[in-house]
Amino acid sequence: MSEHFEPGERHEAAERLRRAGYSEADVQREVTELEQKSTTAARIFDLRRIIGGLFVLYGVILTLTGLTDSDAEIDKAQGININLWTGLGMLALGVFFLVWLWLRPASAPAPPLPAPEDAPSE
Amino acid sequence: MQTPTDSVQLAAELRLPTNALDYTILGIYFVVVLGIGFAARTSVKTTLDFFLSGRSLPAWITGLAFISANLAATEILGMAANSAQYGAYTVHWYWIGAIPAMVFLGLVMMPFYYGSKVRSVPEFLLLRFDKWAHLLSSALFAFAAILIAGVNLYALAIVVEALLGWPQWVAIVVAGFFVLAYITLGGLSSAIYNEVLQFFVILAALIPLSVLGLKRVDGWDGLTDQLTATHGENFTTAWGGTGIGSANPLGANWLTIVLGLGFVLSFGYWTTNFAEVQRALSAKNLSAAQRTPLIAAYPKIFIVFLVMIPGLVAAVLVPDIGTADSDLQYNDAIPYLMAQLLPNGVLGIAVTGLLAAFMAGMAANVSSFNTVFTTDIWAKYVVRDREDAYYVRFGRLITAIGVAASVGTAFLASSFSNIMSYLQTLFSFFNVPMFVVFIMGMFWKRASMKSGFWGLLAGTTAAMINYFVLYKQDVIGIPTDQGANFVSAIAGFVAGAVVMVAVSLFTAPKPDEELQGLVYGTRSPGMAEPPAAGDDAWYRRPALLGWGAVVLAAACYIPFSF
Repeated sequence: MSEHFEPGERHEAAERLRRAGYSEADVQREVTELEQKSTTAARIFDLRRIIGGLFVLYGVILTLTGLTDSDAEIDKAQGININLWTGLGMLALGVFFLVWLWLRPASAPAPPLPAPEDAPSE
Repeated sequence: MQTPTDSVQLAAELRLPTNALDYTILGIYFVVVLGIGFAARTSVKTTLDFFLSGRSLPAWITGLAFISANLAATEILGMAANSAQYGAYTVHWYWIGAIPAMVFLGLVMMPFYYGSKVRSVPEFLLLRFDKWAHLLSSALFAFAAILIAGVNLYALAIVVEALLGWPQWVAIVVAGFFVLAYITLGGLSSAIYNEVLQFFVILAALIPLSVLGLKRVDGWDGLTDQLTATHGENFTTAWGGTGIGSANPLGANWLTIVLGLGFVLSFGYWTTNFAEVQRALSAKNLSAAQRTPLIAAYPKIFIVFLVMIPGLVAAVLVPDIGTADSDLQYNDAIPYLMAQLLPNGVLGIAVTGLLAAFMAGMAANVSSFNTVFTTDIWAKYVVRDREDAYYVRFGRLITAIGVAASVGTAFLASSFSNIMSYLQTLFSFFNVPMFVVFIMGMFWKRASMKSGFWGLLAGTTAAMINYFVLYKQDVIGIPTDQGANFVSAIAGFVAGAVVMVAVSLFTAPKPDEELQGLVYGTRSPGMAEPPAAGDDAWYRRPALLGWGAVVLAAACYIPFSF
């Protein structure tokens, strides 16, 4: 298409080509460029902290409720102290996520960020 | 599978005895949901961040989001209703109606989806076929996504009105606002993060409910004994009474179950519905993308028990549920047990789980709608070649418009609920021809550029004619809507395939060099990427994970087959 390939216009030539119709190569290139500018991998917070925090909080609330439940509540739940058991279960799940986060902090899987720069891989 | 939701009408007597503790639990959840939106906001810079989380998420997150996007409240209430009505046949929707398709997506199709770097399912059709197939599928998908989001919102309003006593419009506006806020702020990342959170909360709600339900009816043996006495022997088996020609409540035989549900409907939904596939496309590499549906398959195998047991227990406790003699509809199964069994505290968790599931169901549709509308319709046919930041702004704007449209749909649905259920049925057929077009396009190089559009059109039309004309007008005799669904799906599949072959024979094929990485046997540059460190561990090998899930699902059938 464009014959004068000055650095700045190389991009425009590609743009013009793209208008002709999307092909496999166009999508590959466009998404690869975007992947290099993408900031999600670097900036997104670690979900394990949120799940861990919320479930520890819910777990404590339910466990305390279970410990203070009257017979009426326990009878309603077929004789099982369901608040206590659910609370302990949620507490365990919350602790699991926090321990996982503590043992394998997010910085370990962070290297995928520089990777896109050096290869068209990811 | 998209659940057949008959209009979700709940009896007024289901008002839950919620107290301040339950509302505190619910309030905490809403705060966290918004917090995730605000925190994810800083990670959004490009359109790839906003629409596909920058293709950077780990497999366990995308996998759980994959299952959560499907585990909407309409699915939970609908599958419990299914169980109360049809019994253990519900397992088919999971073990044959989901697992094989999810494994196929991960093992066979994902290399093409992820490796070609397409950003949406319609975009793949653009590369493989032409812009007519692309435009048709994008437009239909965008329309269907808003509609389903609206139906979700309406269902939420009805349930919240019955359980908590909020007026319908309050529930619609509040839920719409929260979904709007967190998707506009954080894009797909906050939708996915909230889905993962919702997954665990809904488990925390359904597990206690199922345990207490079983205790109430003297365990599993007590449950099956009582159901056999009241509903007959076949009610607690998977295949009993499904011989061709024999009558059963489902109105389907083993052949239509295996072909219609297990093959056509389920493959159509799981492998071509962008609301699902989008979760896998946001994974950080090909291995993680392949593992997304495979990781989702394992919980999916067991979640059926958490929706089926409450449904079956409700059928024991209220033997005439769903009939004119009872105030309770099939859809009331789970809310009824919540009111009967859960004390304050766990009750709050259950209410939170249900609301979260409604919002996640809506958010999955909104976040896939804004992607298709922006990258497939707006950026390709309306305003092209603008800078990337423009499309991020437009994505946020169209999210707001999409939410507003689904709020409108929800209000519309509250006055025309019959029309809504028709439309839902109509769109459930749309996935079927999509699947034909995909499978032919991926495996048959000769399928021509034009055949995609005509295959889509013919398949959709055939399924609709079979359902709305042949079945509804009683030209062919099928006992139930479900059975008719299965047959229509098969009809759509066959019609789409035949038309594609016919059109391909008379039109020009796509040149070989334009099919790299799109057709089986070719490779795109994206597929050559080396696996990330640690991905070669045996427990991360897609083939092992996939076949493991299939074997496990088949083994689960054994106790239900004899």
